[in-house]
Amino acid sequence: MNMIQAINSAMDVTMARDPAIVVMGEDVGYFGGVFRATAGLQKKYGKTRVFDTPITECGIIGVAVGMSAYGLRPVPEIQFADYIYPALDQLVSEAARLRYRSGGEFTAPLTVRSPFGGGIFGGQTHSQSPEGIFTHVSGVKTVIPSTPYDAKGLLIAAIEDNDPVIFFEPKRIYNGPFNGHWDRPAENWSKHPGGEVPTGYYKIPLGKANVVRAGEAVTMLAYGTMVHVCAQVVADTGVDAEIVDLRTLVPLDIATIEASVRKTGRCMIVHEATRTSGFGAELAALVQERCFYHLEAPVERVTGFDTPYPHSLEWAYFPGPVRIGQALKKILKD
Amino acid sequence: MGEEPGIVHPRGNLPPLSLHVPEPKFRPGDAVDFADVAIPPAGAARRPDTADAARDFTDLAYSMVRVLDENHQAVGAWNPRLSPDTLRRMLRHMATVRAFDERMFRAQRQGKTSFYMKSLGEEAVAVAAAHALDAEDMCFPSYRQQGLLIARGCPMVDMMNQIYSNTGDKLQGKQLPIMYSEKRFGFFSISGNLTTQYPQAVGWAMASASKSDTRIAATWCGEGSTAEGDFHSALTFATVYRAPVIFNVVNNQWAISSFSGFAGAEATTFAARAVGYGIAGLRVDGNDALAVYAATAWAAERARTNGGPTLIEHFTYRTEGHSTSDDPTQYRSAGEPNAWPLGDPIRRLKDHLVVIGEWDEARQADMDREVAEEVKAAQKEAEKNGVLGHGLRQPLDSLFDGVFEEMPWHLREQRQMMIDEETASGRPWDRK
Repeated sequence: MNMIQAINSAMDVTMARDPAIVVMGEDVGYFGGVFRATAGLQKKYGKTRVFDTPITECGIIGVAVGMSAYGLRPVPEIQFADYIYPALDQLVSEAARLRYRSGGEFTAPLTVRSPFGGGIFGGQTHSQSPEGIFTHVSGVKTVIPSTPYDAKGLLIAAIEDNDPVIFFEPKRIYNGPFNGHWDRPAENWSKHPGGEVPTGYYKIPLGKANVVRAGEAVTMLAYGTMVHVCAQVVADTGVDAEIVDLRTLVPLDIATIEASVRKTGRCMIVHEATRTSGFGAELAALVQERCFYHLEAPVERVTGFDTPYPHSLEWAYFPGPVRIGQALKKILKD
Repeated sequence: MGEEPGIVHPRGNLPPLSLHVPEPKFRPGDAVDFADVAIPPAGAARRPDTADAARDFTDLAYSMVRVLDENHQAVGAWNPRLSPDTLRRMLRHMATVRAFDERMFRAQRQGKTSFYMKSLGEEAVAVAAAHALDAEDMCFPSYRQQGLLIARGCPMVDMMNQIYSNTGDKLQGKQLPIMYSEKRFGFFSISGNLTTQYPQAVGWAMASASKSDTRIAATWCGEGSTAEGDFHSALTFATVYRAPVIFNVVNNQWAISSFSGFAGAEATTFAARAVGYGIAGLRVDGNDALAVYAATAWAAERARTNGGPTLIEHFTYRTEGHSTSDDPTQYRSAGEPNAWPLGDPIRRLKDHLVVIGEWDEARQADMDREVAEEVKAAQKEAEKNGVLGHGLRQPLDSLFDGVFEEMPWHLREQRQMMIDEETASGRPWDRK
């Protein structure tokens, strides 16, 4: 399966088990979503469980919160993460705080799916990585898969979770892992172990990172598309790096991060989002607080730049193999 | 005269444009005259069938549904013909809200809590609506609908426990006073962010419809917050899916210090917001409990028979400040509350009951005394659980409860940090 099929399958198997689950969003019904992630679901589960919505993100999330209060389990789609900002108030002030402010009387067990990230010539409005905004908010969980297998298992866990979850889908790797070399032909998920996806039900618990490659020289912390770019750089350079795919940013698997950095003594953080106040800053602070006496070099961050995502210059913006390779050299020098 | 950089001045013979900034008619010190407020006679509005198409009674969004006339009689097609018992119950609930407000306002001034909001002069809006809805219908209120809770029988002690953030507060002192959450009384958790409850009410109503339930939703916001994007998203969703929901816009003329003109009242009515969405819109005399009841019952029937949403503008007046943190003498004429042409909702309902021979001044005085005693007794009971003004009443470590269903490691660590800090500080926190 590719990642879209895996995500579709996750919704399918959970909807079959639980009639409270509803899928909603722009174009998700009859058409099956602009990325086809919800294809076939309306036909199978009917128009009242899978339906198209008006183009109002604050409405989509606000309505989903109300549906949660009734007892449903909505899975709203925001067509691109870049369009999630009009819904921020409903997510930050409402969904995220409902349990806390109502003494648990009302909860918002909704899972917001949204494709994010760049590398598809999407310009400023189809490329952003806003995960840091949500990790800063108390009361929402943030999940980002890097393979079809993980996407399905994590999405099932997210939908069944009783807290609101932001599920960001790295759209650059919907159809195959992206190694960061934009001028080389793309691989297909069918040739990657992460593309082997069971058709049935399984879960990957939220809050558990995945060590995708064990190594001794340096710990590379990444998620989503960047896991694959890091793997390619490691293959290209022959550096014995340990690559940790975080999978969920909140709750974070701090134990796996700590164990890895203590072992390697070096930590590099890679994400596509802009640098300042990005999630990398939080990771760097945590590693410094917990592993300072084990560090042999300063924590290194490789990120996108503090600019909007530039359309024709996106490969200069994207933290690709060159930027990561240079950072690896720097961190291994000491 | 020097050129201002970046500003293009008028050319040729074109008149210069001018920017209109609304200004209320009266400011502090001004004499008040509401003669130009258009108030149609009671009984004049026609009552469409609840199944009629919204476009067939657009006029009702621009006029005003009124039932009680100047002789205190109930007249016209909208007269809900309520039994005297129901009328007396409504009167008592409105009087209770007023007594509750008075006492809690004073408690705030006495330093027993941090904040309070009265609904003085608008008691009919929530109380009459609560009587017209089914007990199982779900309310998504704003912060001035405490009348819903009183009318639905929520114990006043519970409401006061919340206001005092004391040991009896089931919200554990985590919410601002009056931001109740009462699921058992069909009362959704109140948000301080305005009109966020509007799309939520639509979502609840859509869920109810999709599950072939029979319950409907109702929601309230002030006229000022109809400017919020959520309001318009909610109306769009509601009309698209024909959601069984009642939108209430409480036009009490003032959004803190901004008069209704800043929300668009100079150009149109708030009920007319419904017109562009193809939603039924009714404008009612919000100080007329019978009109509020009739409009709500009409909208509820429309919603319950799959006729879709209704928007009701309640034309009323906020007699007091916005909250205990507000001083209305700084921005509006002191003469306004008494000059308000639609009168006082409690007095109007009382006068009606008297005129129809179902009430008298002595019984009114007895009732006022009784509700005052009930409120006083509830306050005494609630204060046994402590008041905010005398220090925090919640176990400290509860601060971290309820962020997530299960507490993740980073919150557990922060909780321990806080406990260590408090232990080291020796501060006399009341801890369990």
